[in-house]
Amino acid sequence: MFPRTDDILRVLPELIWCCFGMFSMLLQPFIKNRHFFTTLALVGAVGGTGAAFVAGATPGAGFYGLIQSDVFSFFFRLLVGMVAVLVIMASDSYLDRENLPHAEFFALVLFATAGMGVLSSARELLTAFIGLEMSSISSYILAGFRRDSMKSSEASLKYFLLGSFATGFFLYGIALVYGATGTTNLSRMDEVDPNSNLLKLGLSLILIGIGFKVAAAPFQIWTPDVYEGAPTPVTALFSAGPKAAAFALLLRIFASVPAATHFWFWALWVLAILTMFAGNLGALLQTNVKRLLAYSSIAHAGYILVAFAAVTFMSNDLNGGATPAYAAVLFYLLSYALVKIGAFTIVSEIGGTGEKNLSLDDYAGLAQRQPFAAATLSLFLLSLLGLPVTAGFFGKFYIFKAAVNSHLMWLAVMMAINSIIGAYYYLRLIVVMYMKEGSAEAMAAPVVRFPVAVNVVLAITAIGTVYFGLFPNQVLNFILQPNLIAR
Amino acid sequence: MSSLFQGGHLLSILIFFPAVGALALMLLRGDDHIFIRRIALIVSVAEFLFSLLLLRGIPLNMGGYRLEENAQWITTPPIHYHLGVDGISLFLVILTTFLTPISVLASWSSIGHRVKEFFVMLLMLEVGVVGVFLSLDLFLFFLFWEVMLIPMAMLIGIWGHERRIYAAVKFVLYTMAGSILMLVGIIWLYNATGTFDLPIIQQMTQTGTLVLEPRAEMLLFLAFFVAFAVKVPLFPLHTWLPDAHVEAPTAGSVMLAGVLLKMGTYGMMRFCLPLFPEAAHRAAPWVAALAIIGIIYGALVALVQPNLKKLVAYSSVSHLGFVVLGIFAFRNISMQGAVYQMLAHGISTGALFLLVGMLYDRRHTFEISEYGGLATPMPKMAAFFMFAALSSLGLPILNGFVGEYLILLGTYQSHWQWASWAALGVILSACYLLWSYQRVFFGEVTHEKNKTLPDASGREKFILVTMSLVMLWMGIGSTYFTRRTATASQTVIDQVEPQRPYEAGAPAKVIPAITATGAVNSLSDSKQNSAAESANR
Repeated sequence: MFPRTDDILRVLPELIWCCFGMFSMLLQPFIKNRHFFTTLALVGAVGGTGAAFVAGATPGAGFYGLIQSDVFSFFFRLLVGMVAVLVIMASDSYLDRENLPHAEFFALVLFATAGMGVLSSARELLTAFIGLEMSSISSYILAGFRRDSMKSSEASLKYFLLGSFATGFFLYGIALVYGATGTTNLSRMDEVDPNSNLLKLGLSLILIGIGFKVAAAPFQIWTPDVYEGAPTPVTALFSAGPKAAAFALLLRIFASVPAATHFWFWALWVLAILTMFAGNLGALLQTNVKRLLAYSSIAHAGYILVAFAAVTFMSNDLNGGATPAYAAVLFYLLSYALVKIGAFTIVSEIGGTGEKNLSLDDYAGLAQRQPFAAATLSLFLLSLLGLPVTAGFFGKFYIFKAAVNSHLMWLAVMMAINSIIGAYYYLRLIVVMYMKEGSAEAMAAPVVRFPVAVNVVLAITAIGTVYFGLFPNQVLNFILQPNLIAR
Repeated sequence: MSSLFQGGHLLSILIFFPAVGALALMLLRGDDHIFIRRIALIVSVAEFLFSLLLLRGIPLNMGGYRLEENAQWITTPPIHYHLGVDGISLFLVILTTFLTPISVLASWSSIGHRVKEFFVMLLMLEVGVVGVFLSLDLFLFFLFWEVMLIPMAMLIGIWGHERRIYAAVKFVLYTMAGSILMLVGIIWLYNATGTFDLPIIQQMTQTGTLVLEPRAEMLLFLAFFVAFAVKVPLFPLHTWLPDAHVEAPTAGSVMLAGVLLKMGTYGMMRFCLPLFPEAAHRAAPWVAALAIIGIIYGALVALVQPNLKKLVAYSSVSHLGFVVLGIFAFRNISMQGAVYQMLAHGISTGALFLLVGMLYDRRHTFEISEYGGLATPMPKMAAFFMFAALSSLGLPILNGFVGEYLILLGTYQSHWQWASWAALGVILSACYLLWSYQRVFFGEVTHEKNKTLPDASGREKFILVTMSLVMLWMGIGSTYFTRRTATASQTVIDQVEPQRPYEAGAPAKVIPAITATGAVNSLSDSKQNSAAESANR
């Protein structure tokens, strides 16, 4: 029996991403021109992202309640689609430089994107699990894509082993929740007894599984190694895409399962504080820029968790009162994705062949050698730091506001303290670029000219960062709709 | 021309004109240094001339904000692009726009590398500072407050002296630590009031629509106050200042001492007192104690400084202590004195930093022991230095006197003890300034190099003559300024007045006017007051 047209339309983005991924694999033996695959993947990624509008125009539950097409999934599909487009454009020259096969790489990126799309629109836990696995398995391979590099292989293996372990938790959690409620469909869980121990245990295991994906402490240990070892454009993908999708699932669980909001509040409170400190304190000591940014993404996961604590807190109060906190998370993820992709793209280009130039010393004097790269990277760092006139500032502001609104003063204060700690290491990189002199040979070396595609990526991310820093209105009004998440 | 500026966008032009100039500079090819300097000078002088138009926009003896611009910027939460100027911010803006071209001139030959970036940063700094003084929306204020950090840190960190990076990072971290607390405070206040608009919140406080619990009010007061106290800097949060000043290039020091420190005291006047009057009263003895400690401590440390620039930096700690004291004495006279002292300190300390910078350009050292007998090779420079030092130590008919005198007078009316302790600072400032002057300029020339130092050049003379004229004018024609600041500072006092428990501490002749209950209240208040003071000790 063929599914209804509406149902097809509701998963059209994922279908397009998957199809183009498969085209890429199938055509690879026949077409020698590598850049053909870049174009193909780009067309697929853009097409899938465009199809998100089609899916958004047919709201409702598809496939008997497995997939939900609503404003929320529309937003996340656009987000992960944008991430995919940017990553594909940024990685073309990288793959040339490292002499890696284009076709497989882009196919995996598209599959991962499709997985994230499923994850953010799933309304049923097993569907979510499939999305999670699609994106995870592609990620494991992508992490080890530089086969001749020890670090890359190590990253892949580490990610795979720990990731599978976490997936096990997630799956076991689903099983227990099923045992407690008799359904895996989130929309049918609003009536369950919140005091059931089986349900609590299941929810905790699910939280652990998601906590691993978003790199929340104490499940964050893998992050620096994997981020460092993976090819840099892949790191950009990791830091932006899967994290957003996993947070999306968490939000949807909150919105649909009232029991979860009661039960998870303190867990999230503790996770948020642990994660912020683990990330920021870890980053203080780093001399490798990639690792530094990896720790910074742990810290930012912590900031987002603060908003989650606010979500849980407000959901207890009144129905729909948590909307600003949801909006805070969504806006933060958007600004964060832009910034992290931009930053990692610059790191990838400065890194050069074989990713040699990754230490802080390699960035000394960058402002004089490559003023535009230095200025753009500084913009991204200032956005991560949360300085006004960048998207990151509003992201942080809305989270602060959500926390203060929910009277979570301690979390707000902890976040403030962490912002200061964070300021130190972001500033350190800016200081190195602007105030230190580069070594003699670095200054004498010819200026690295960024390829056009990379410049386009940087332009999009930088302009986006400033634009959302000045005019967050449109996005906010869009995500502040009361029917953001269909219930 | 005037119609263009009275069309209601003068303030926006004032804020963004330097940004346009900075953008134009950025787009230039970076090699022609003379051209770049000229552009920067033209932009900053034009900005100064624009700012003079403000004087026409502010009628005398009228309260409230003028030349307001108000437009919705962000809908959720409602953040407005709300600008306005009153008597307090008026002269601070003009001070900023006046010191910027002076800084450009001062950096004419002493900045030799990355010239374009330097002037871009200087102009961006002006954008941030003018924005801070003109914002009437808490959120907008915070935005400019943060934005101005980066150019200043860059000025210190790229063009500073040996330990410049340490100083720049310390400066940013200190300020940011304070301001992030302010952000939490701003959001909290928004939750209580539903708006970020300063005049509306002030009105709500006045009319009693907004009533905060004492504890919450105190916490909010502290969240704002700490951010401002770091900037002032109030003892014991001042430790970033000597580093930042000593390491900054001359222009950076001038802007830092001249206007950036005033952002802190301005914030206290604009936010801490009107928004949290009760808490301000309760905190006043403590703040005053810190201010007095700062006055005396800053002066004593300046006295023993072997480093000339650090000496001037510590003198700032001392002088800004006076400003804080004047603000927290809650008297119109002392409030006016505080405003005046802010302006006077900007000019005279600015001049001192310029002079120290000129000495550094010649000898590349700040050590007092390296100098001595400079009056012989450079008599003109010595004369200007004397003039600036006298103005800084508060000689009558020069600008420093007016501010300090008004502050002491006003403070004496409310608390004679505070005034008498603070007066020590006046004496000490004479000691450290004159003594250092003696060691640098009088006596025999002890170092061979100093014998052939060139006297002030034409450009330097122009800068110094301008500064000296302003000092003299502010000393003689002080009413020109006080007439314009009077209403605004009275407004601040009025906003603190209704809940004023210290009235009883005033001279005895006031007491009969107070009703019986008032007298009882005031008695218990003065007890608390003395208890607080003894706890202080």
